[in-house]
Amino acid sequence: MMTSATCRSLGLRSGFRSGFRSLGIRLAVAAAIVLPLGVIGAHAEDMKVTIDNFTFAPAELKVKVGDTVTWINHDDIPHTVVSAGKFRSKTMDTDNDFSFTFTAAGDYKYFCSLHPHMTGMIKVE
Amino acid sequence: MSDHDHHDDGVSRRRVLECMTWAGTGVLWTISGGVPHSLGLVGSAAAAEPSGLTFLQISDSHVGFDKPANPNALGTLEEGINKIIAMPKKPSFMIHTGDITHLSKVAEFDNAERIISQAKLDVHYVPGEHDFIDEEVKLYKERYGKGTKGAGWYSFDASGVHFIGLVNVVDLKGGGLGNLGAEQLEWLENDLKGRSKSTPIVLFAHIPLWTVYPEWGWGTEDGGRALEYLKGFGSVTVLNGHIHQVMQKVEGNVTFHTARSTAFPQPAPGTAPSPGPMKVADDKLRSMLGIASVNFKLGDQRLAIIDTPLQG
Repeated sequence: MMTSATCRSLGLRSGFRSGFRSLGIRLAVAAAIVLPLGVIGAHAEDMKVTIDNFTFAPAELKVKVGDTVTWINHDDIPHTVVSAGKFRSKTMDTDNDFSFTFTAAGDYKYFCSLHPHMTGMIKVE
Repeated sequence: MSDHDHHDDGVSRRRVLECMTWAGTGVLWTISGGVPHSLGLVGSAAAAEPSGLTFLQISDSHVGFDKPANPNALGTLEEGINKIIAMPKKPSFMIHTGDITHLSKVAEFDNAERIISQAKLDVHYVPGEHDFIDEEVKLYKERYGKGTKGAGWYSFDASGVHFIGLVNVVDLKGGGLGNLGAEQLEWLENDLKGRSKSTPIVLFAHIPLWTVYPEWGWGTEDGGRALEYLKGFGSVTVLNGHIHQVMQKVEGNVTFHTARSTAFPQPAPGTAPSPGPMKVADDKLRSMLGIASVNFKLGDQRLAIIDTPLQG
């Protein structure tokens, strides 16, 4: 499975920046060049999951194959995002984020491995 | 909470329990006649001059935590340790029920060790989930895993009491609670097999082994199975941390108790949007360190929570 995962600090949230790290995304970007850039930008804006009060919001997010989702932790307590066999973030301390590019369709259930009652879902079409 | 709440002792205990959300220093335990008793926080316990085996429980030091709820978690740990040092009668040893560090950083482990070692007591640790988040998940085990099994569980005997340290913070499942796992449960069953039922048992682990509040993950998925192996033992005491407040209940001959944190308080179950660190006024946090003590005596059936402020 061609995927890319990065854990990085704030300020590097361009979908393209992460995307260039995998071949799958490079192809997606090549295809996207023919589309108006504004459409891509608006779309990328939505691909964010925030963590506040030990809760993923939105709890369920629908994205397209090739999209990059970024999780950002706003709590005073570290969290992780883990989808068994699919992706696993490093520990995100306060205001750290983690991005993952989805290269295959499917339902990705995930949770925080430190606080497993925290669960979420990314639906990739 | 539980069947012990209905006693009438002035301010109702239920109300006190509901309101108890403070950080504290440490809980002193003594064992006389084979039954562990909590003597409350170290300040008041020192005055009680306990006889027999005494040991301390500290928990959730979160060394490295520097957020508004307590910008100096190392400092409050040190205050707790200083109170232990000042005790006229030295306890036999200390147990630490996990979350030694906040982010499993080398410097955090080093600082914790530097402060806690000043008590000059043997310390028996179990890990919290915050102690296993270094990249290679090796720092805790390198330091505290010697002679332990699996992710760090073990048992030892002291003054006729059998102590069992369990690990319920690894391999957690999405949507679930704390987890012991089949391998550890099998070890526990064997550890207890053939042991005299009159042996007092002290079981300690980070996350409560009983279900405190599943909505916040405050419980252990397979904790019930561990407790099944303890059926028939005359005296069982279960000590946990994780929830940064005192909770206790008695079920038959099993007494459950959670200790305060030395770092920051967490809200009582359901009283806040999340179990995250609770910010209180600076002067309130200080006065909370040691304001509450918990006593229980088996046979008395009554759990007493005594409000003993160290200042003001």
